[in-house]
Amino acid sequence: MATLIKDRQIVAQLSPPDLVLEPTDDPALVAGAVGIAGVIAINFPKFGDGRGYSIARLLRERYGYKGELRAVGEVARDHLHAMAQCGFDAFQLREGENPREALKAFDDFSEQYQSTAAQPLPLFRRRA
Amino acid sequence: MYIYDNIDQRLVDERVTQFRDQTQRFLAGTLPEDDFRALRLRNGLYVQRYAPMLRIAIPYGLLSSKQLRKLADIAHRYDRGYGHFSTRQNLQLNWPKIEDVPEILAELATVQMHAIQTSGNCVRNITTDHFAGVAQDEIVDSLVWCELIRQWSTFHPEFNYLPRKFKIAVNGSVADRAATFVHDIGLHALRGEAGEVGFRVIVGGGLGRTPIIGHVINEFLPSRHLLTYLDAILRVYNRNGRRDNIHKARIKILVKEWGVEKFREAVHAEWAHLKDGPATVTWAELHRIERRFTRPQYEKLSDVDFTSLKTPFNAWLKRNVHPHKQPGYAAVSISLKKTGVPPGDVTSDQMERIADLAEHYSFGELRVTHEQNLVFADVRQAELPGLWQQLREIGLATPNIGLLTNIIACPGGDFCSLANAKSIPVAEAIQRRFDDLDYLHDIGELDLNISGCINACGHHHVGHIGILGVDKNGEEWYQITIGGAQQGRIGKIIGPSFARADVPDVVERLIETYLELRDSEAERFVDVVHRIGIEPFKNSVYGNPDQRPTDRRAALAA
Repeated sequence: MATLIKDRQIVAQLSPPDLVLEPTDDPALVAGAVGIAGVIAINFPKFGDGRGYSIARLLRERYGYKGELRAVGEVARDHLHAMAQCGFDAFQLREGENPREALKAFDDFSEQYQSTAAQPLPLFRRRA
Repeated sequence: MYIYDNIDQRLVDERVTQFRDQTQRFLAGTLPEDDFRALRLRNGLYVQRYAPMLRIAIPYGLLSSKQLRKLADIAHRYDRGYGHFSTRQNLQLNWPKIEDVPEILAELATVQMHAIQTSGNCVRNITTDHFAGVAQDEIVDSLVWCELIRQWSTFHPEFNYLPRKFKIAVNGSVADRAATFVHDIGLHALRGEAGEVGFRVIVGGGLGRTPIIGHVINEFLPSRHLLTYLDAILRVYNRNGRRDNIHKARIKILVKEWGVEKFREAVHAEWAHLKDGPATVTWAELHRIERRFTRPQYEKLSDVDFTSLKTPFNAWLKRNVHPHKQPGYAAVSISLKKTGVPPGDVTSDQMERIADLAEHYSFGELRVTHEQNLVFADVRQAELPGLWQQLREIGLATPNIGLLTNIIACPGGDFCSLANAKSIPVAEAIQRRFDDLDYLHDIGELDLNISGCINACGHHHVGHIGILGVDKNGEEWYQITIGGAQQGRIGKIIGPSFARADVPDVVERLIETYLELRDSEAERFVDVVHRIGIEPFKNSVYGNPDQRPTDRRAALAA
């Protein structure tokens, strides 16, 4: 069974998504739906396909999506930290990922330099 | 040097922990090999032809004596006692063990070093002019901007998995010594009318299979917008760059397929949303970075006049010593291109000695150049004879900077699993052919670049003479181009390729032709090619059957 994570907790199940976006989809097209949708999933067809990270930030930062943003597909422990920074709060991990190991990934780094969906102020605006 | 604060240090330490865990999972069989590949590459770890290769980052080429001693120590304990400086101002170790790499990274972290993003499909090490901060023609000291971009690019969560690798170069002087036109993004620092700093932004240049000169998409970007503008370019590329074909995945192909106008519009449309947002660069941050750089405390000195004699010291003075913005000081190139030594290679013992010399002569700092040499940026002119003497003792005073034997070459087929052909023996054969120093000086400035395959790590496209290893039915052949230039010109292929043994002859023919055709000593090889084209060179190499290298050799042998 695939490991499911919501708000940094292992959960038994996740509700079906209202919308599933592929890497080639333009989030501008669903901008009108962000106020209605409760769950938007973004599919990662490959371990190294990074398009979904940009889509996530656009949904969160430009189109103001506040609902659940779920990463599905080839999602591994090693992606979680960056995905969370880009605005994902739910994850359907690929088969074979260890759930407890996966939760640790959110603490891989204690800080980040950039402006992101999770922390819009870049480090340099917070640094003493 | 930029000195880390506790956050910079913590992030590097956390990276070591993360990679240690990834390596353990790979060795335990719970992390698939393909996934580990993507993760190890962004920590500089390749699996090469004979052994792994670890590429250690030297951000914008700046290195302290202390760091160099650590590199010497690591090369000695974990490798075979030498390292290779690459054209991306990094250091490569050719023989580490995979299971040792987390430990090597932990050691590097103790001297504020790492191997972060030295490979993989992410933003790579930022490169710049090796005379940044000391050049007489400086417009802006690029080091502070490089550090700002380094931090922005380090673990950028959105751009970890780009379609392909991404290289950024910054140049802060009048002369472009950072090859900005052949990078994914090239930045030229400029001053506006009121003296404010801005950047000319060049996108979509690159070498490799499809050499392209970059396009200017912004003539003057005010500096506070630098990071939001980079975010906009990277986002357009991340979302639209091709992922179906590795050979068409670089940003240059996107810019080419779209056309520069469409690309610029897309970037500006994206930037409109990001401009003046939270990532806008603050004066306070620039000031903070500037304060964390150690800067030399110059003494008030006057320039020293060295009598012009025909001595080995004067030859070195002429070729390897460069002007400095501070009177009484000079920048010194240490050539890593001694004949018989693979270009860019240094032993641990030499590293130790160089570290000592940098401490004594140049404020404990040095730089790595994209020509695979080293630079002491702040040497008192009065101490040049002493430095020369010491360098000579360790075989590092070869006076060939800018000359034909200062060959830029990738590790090639001796080490690299991508290579079609070897490059190191070709470099050596050419160096041996041109071992007469007077002749070399007479030939004058000449960049000769060798790549073992079309990935062009030796930047052969921009060599005045470029040599590319090609595979013909399993045999190693070499294709020759002429007329390339680091300032943004791609060389032209002169004709069918040659066997390795013929390459020195071909280079010699090219040089003879140049010497016959130049209008004065001031006209360089590359100037002649640009003035009259490649035909006369082609004719002298291929034209007369008696003069074809292979036929000549056959005739001599008969």
